[in-house]
Amino acid sequence: MKPAAFEYHAPRTVEEALSLLHEHQDEAKVLAGGQSLVPAMNFRLARPAVLVDIAHVPDLDRIEATDPGGVTIGARVRHLDLEHNTIAGPLGSLIASTGRWVGHYPIRVRGTFGGSLAHADPAAEWCALACALDAEVHCRSASSERTVGAGDFFEQMAFTTCLEPDELLVGVRLPRLSDSCGVGMAEFARRWGDFAIVLAVTAVERDGDSITGARIALGGVAGGPVRALNAEAVLNGGPATAETVAAAAAAAADEVDPTGDIHGSADYRRDLVRTMVTRALDQALA
Amino acid sequence: MTTGVRWTGRSLRRFEDPALVRGLGRFVADVADQHRGTLHAAFVRSPVPAGEIRSIEAPPGAPVLTAASFGGIRTMCARLDRPDFVALETPVLASDAVRHPGEPVALVVAGSRAEAEDLAEQVVVDIEATRPVLDAAAATDPAAPTVHAGLDMPMGNNVVLDARFATEGLDAAFEEADEIVALDIRAHRQNALPIEARGAVAAHDPATGRTTLTAANQMPHMLRTALADILDIGEAELRVVTPEVGGAFGQKMCVPREYVALVAAARLLGATIAWIEDRSENLLASWHSRDHSYRLRGAFDRRGMLLGLDADIVCNIGAYSNYPVTFGVEPLMAMAELPGPYRLSQYRVRSRAVTTNMCPIAPYRGVSRPVLTLAMERLMDTAARRLDLDPVEIRRANLVREFPYAMPTGLPVDPGSYVETLDAAVEALDLEGFRRRQQQAAAEGRYVGVGFSVFGERTGYGTPAFAARAMEITPGYETVQLEMNPSGDVTARIGASPHGQGLATALSQLLADELGVEPRHVSVVHGDTDTTPYGWGTFASRSMVIAGGAAKLAAERLAAQLREIAAHQLEASPEDIRLEDGSAVVAGTSVGVTLPEIARIAHHSSHLLPAPMEPGLSVSATYDPGGTFSNACHAAVVEVDPDTGHVHLERFVVIADAGLEVNPMIVEGQIHGGVTQGIANALYEELVTDDDGNLLTASLMDFLPPTACEVPQIEVTHLQTITDASITGAKGVGEGGAIGAPAAVLNAISDALSPLGIEVDEMPATPARVRELIRRAQPTTTGGRT
Repeated sequence: MKPAAFEYHAPRTVEEALSLLHEHQDEAKVLAGGQSLVPAMNFRLARPAVLVDIAHVPDLDRIEATDPGGVTIGARVRHLDLEHNTIAGPLGSLIASTGRWVGHYPIRVRGTFGGSLAHADPAAEWCALACALDAEVHCRSASSERTVGAGDFFEQMAFTTCLEPDELLVGVRLPRLSDSCGVGMAEFARRWGDFAIVLAVTAVERDGDSITGARIALGGVAGGPVRALNAEAVLNGGPATAETVAAAAAAAADEVDPTGDIHGSADYRRDLVRTMVTRALDQALA
Repeated sequence: MTTGVRWTGRSLRRFEDPALVRGLGRFVADVADQHRGTLHAAFVRSPVPAGEIRSIEAPPGAPVLTAASFGGIRTMCARLDRPDFVALETPVLASDAVRHPGEPVALVVAGSRAEAEDLAEQVVVDIEATRPVLDAAAATDPAAPTVHAGLDMPMGNNVVLDARFATEGLDAAFEEADEIVALDIRAHRQNALPIEARGAVAAHDPATGRTTLTAANQMPHMLRTALADILDIGEAELRVVTPEVGGAFGQKMCVPREYVALVAAARLLGATIAWIEDRSENLLASWHSRDHSYRLRGAFDRRGMLLGLDADIVCNIGAYSNYPVTFGVEPLMAMAELPGPYRLSQYRVRSRAVTTNMCPIAPYRGVSRPVLTLAMERLMDTAARRLDLDPVEIRRANLVREFPYAMPTGLPVDPGSYVETLDAAVEALDLEGFRRRQQQAAAEGRYVGVGFSVFGERTGYGTPAFAARAMEITPGYETVQLEMNPSGDVTARIGASPHGQGLATALSQLLADELGVEPRHVSVVHGDTDTTPYGWGTFASRSMVIAGGAAKLAAERLAAQLREIAAHQLEASPEDIRLEDGSAVVAGTSVGVTLPEIARIAHHSSHLLPAPMEPGLSVSATYDPGGTFSNACHAAVVEVDPDTGHVHLERFVVIADAGLEVNPMIVEGQIHGGVTQGIANALYEELVTDDDGNLLTASLMDFLPPTACEVPQIEVTHLQTITDASITGAKGVGEGGAIGAPAAVLNAISDALSPLGIEVDEMPATPARVRELIRRAQPTTTGGRT
C-alpha cells in the first residue's frame, strides 16, 4: 500500500500550476488536500506520474461575495472553513449544514471544496450541493478559461468531470438564495463521517404556502450527483404540506436508478431516497 | 509509606503507558527502521480463490523467492488426535494450487516497501482458475469442488471435523415440551482488526548462524518451535522477540506463513528482511474469524424451563488450518460451551468444520462464544416472547445458582454470580422506568428496546482443558522466574506475552503484595525467547490467571527464602517474619532488616546465609490450573430508525464478575475494548466477498469498525466472586466484552421491533438488513418521517 513513483511540484502561482498541467497533460493530477487522491495512490488505483500541489497557490483559498448576493468559493477552501462560514442567509446555513457531513474533522481540516468537486465522488456532499444550486464552475487552462454549469460539469460516471487534463478548477460560484428560501440536507451513512449511502440537498422558495421553486439534488444514487426533477415538478406550484412532501419523496424514489453495492442494494437506496428527501424537505419547509 | 499497604485491587496507572502515549513505544516497523540496510519484502498473492499454478515468471535477476527457492521446507500442519478430524497441510508458499484469495505465492525483496511493491507487480503468476466454493453449506454438497483434492474426506465433501455429543433423554425432553423454539443464527465473517497489522523483521547473523525474528506476535516461544520444526533447524538457532504489539486479539497468535517465509529468506540471503503487512493484505489474507451458522432447537415447558437443546453448528474454516490450535477450536468450543450458564440436562449437538476457498480462520477475541452466546440468548428471548414471559424471568428461572455445576458435556463451572449480575443490570437500567418510556415512545411511533445477555467466560485454561481437545500441541501452563538483584529490585521473567493488556503493571501489584515491596521495584521481562522461560504467550484470557498464579507461587518461594535469611540474621523464627514496606520484620516488633540488606547478603555475603542455602535470590514456579469461569450480564438500550434500519445505541451496561480484580481500571479497559468489538460484530463489521470470491471489503472504507461516534459510554459495575479454581482469586476478563455484547444488541433490536414481530438472528444487523426485516413485516410502510 505504497504509491508508485511520482514527481511532486508545488507551484506558487496559478499560472505556474497551469503551465505544469499543460506540460504533463494526462500524466498529471492536481493535489488539493489529498484526502481522496492520496489513499487512491496508496492503493495504486491512481498512478499519476506528476502531482501538482496547489496548496501554496495564493487566492484560491478565499470565499468571496459576488453580486448579487452569491459567493465564489476558491478551489482550495477547506471543508472546515465552509462548515464555519460567515455567508449570510439561507445559502450560508445550507453550506454550513452540508459541510458538517463531510468526512471526519481531520479530513475537513485538510480536504478542499474544489478537490471534492474535481474528484466527483457520486456520494460527495459538495457535489450534490453544487448540483442543487446550479453552481458555476470556473475552469482555467494555460490557454483558455471557461465557466461550466454544475449540470454539465459532472458526467454521469463516477469520478468523472468535464475537466480537461490541462485544466484547473479555480473556483465555484454559488448563486444567492432569497432570505425566505428554505434549505435542508439529509444524509444516511453507516457511520458518522462516512460517504453517504444516500443524501439529499434541498432548497425551496415559497410564496406564502405555495411552493414556487424547489431544488432537490441526490447523492449516492447514480454515477454523479443528480437532480430529482420529477420530485421538483411535484413540489412546484403545490402547497407546502406533508402530503406534497410525501408525493415528492415518492416521485424522487421512483425516478432514480441506483446501483447496489455492499452498503446497500439498489432497492435499499431507492427506499432511502424517499426517506432522505422527506427529511430534507421537512427541514426546508419547517 | 503506610504500613501493610495492599497494592492488589488498586487502579494503579499502567507502567506501560508513559512510553506509549509519548510515542516512544517500539513496534516492529520501528525495529525495521533501526537496522541499517534492512530489505523490505512484499508478497505476490493469488488474485483468485482457487486455481492451478502454471508458472511464475519474474523479471530476470529480480530477487523473487518462490516455494522452489526454499527446497525442503516442510508444510505446516497441526493436528488433533481424534477420529473425526482431517488434518490440513499448509505450504509456506503455494506451489501447485492456490486455495484462497490472497494466498502467498512468492516473496520479493527490495530496498523499500514501495520498490518491493513495484517489483511484485512485475511478477507474472499464471494461474488456471478453477471453480471455487465459498459457502460452508454449499461446500458439503458432493458435487461441490473439493478444496483439498486428493485428500480423503470420509465425513463428507470438505468436512474436516464432524463432532457429536448427545445425552440419552433428548428426544423425550422434546416430546414433553410445551413449546419448541427453533432458530437459525448466522454470524458473518470478520477480521480481528488490530490497529497494527502483522509484521516481522528477520535478521540473520552470519557470525553466530542465528536468526532473530522480531514479530508482532502473541506466542513467541511457540513461534520459535514452529519455525524450527518447519524449517528443520535447531531451536537454538532462533530467537523470537516481540516488541510493543499494537493489538492482536487472536490474529497474532497463530503462526503466519509469511513469517516462516521471511525467516527462510533471511537465512537464504544472509540478510535482514522486514515485512510490514498493510491493511489490505490484512483484511484479505491475515486470518479471518467467525463465519458460523447455528441451527438451534430448544424444548421449553410453559414456565419457560429449558428441558432440552438440540444444535447443528457449521463453521466455515476457510482453506487451511491455523497452527498450532487448529480449526477445531471453533466447532469444539461451540459444542462444549453452547449451553452456557443455563441449567440443562438434555443436550445434543453436531458441530462441523468445513473447508472452503476462503481465507483461513484463527481465534478472535471470544472465539466461538460471541456466537454461541448470541444463539442461547436469542433462544431465551424468543422463547420468552412465545411463552409470554418476561426475558428477565425466563433467565432467572434457568440460570445456574448452585455450584459447582457441570454442563451436560461435563464441563465444570465454578462459583459465579449469574443471577446476581442479571439483577444488578435490571437495577442499573431502571427496567421498570425503561418499560414505561418504551410504551410512551411506541405511542409516538418510535422503536426503543432493551436486550440482555448473560454468559460465562471460560478462562485460564490449563493443560487439562486443552488436552480434552486432543491437541497434538497442548498449551496450558505458565512459568515465572523471579529474582531479586543485590539492590533489592525484583525481576519477573514470564512466558506470557502481554501486548497491550497492562500485565506488567498488574503482575507488579500482585508481586509487590507477596514480597512487601512497592510495584515500582518490580520489573517484568517478557517477549524474548532468549531471556524468558518457555511459555504459551498471551491468549484466551489466560495471563492474569495462569502467569499471575505462577507469579504468586514463585513469590511465595522467594518470600520464604527472604524470611529464612532474615530470621537467621535476626535470630528469630522464619514463621514470625513479615515482609512489608521493603523490610523483613519480626511480627509485633520494630526489629527488622531491609530487603536490599538481605539481597546484599544473598549475593555478596553468601557466607552469612543459613546452611545449606545457595547464593543468590532466584526462584521459579509453574502453574497449570484447570480453568475457571468469569461471568457477566450485558444490557443494551437501542432506538431503531424504522425508515433507515439504523440502530442507535443509547446505553450499554455491563455487570462484570472477574473474581479478584488486581487492577480494576485495567479490567474496565478490557471490558470497554471488548464491548466495542462486540458492537462491531453486532452492527458494523463484515467481510463481504462477491460470488467469484473477490473480497469487496479490502479497505477501511468498506470494512467498518465503529468509532467513538458510534459507541456509547459503557457503564461498568464490578462484582467479585472468589473461587479456589484460581490461586490468586483472579479470573480472566479479556474476552467477555466481545462475548456478551452482540447478543445484548440483537436482543435489544428485537425487543424494539417486537411490535412488528421481528426477531433479528443475523449479525451484523446492518441498516440494510434491519430495514429489509421491517419492510417484510410491514409491507405498506411508506418511510419518511420519524
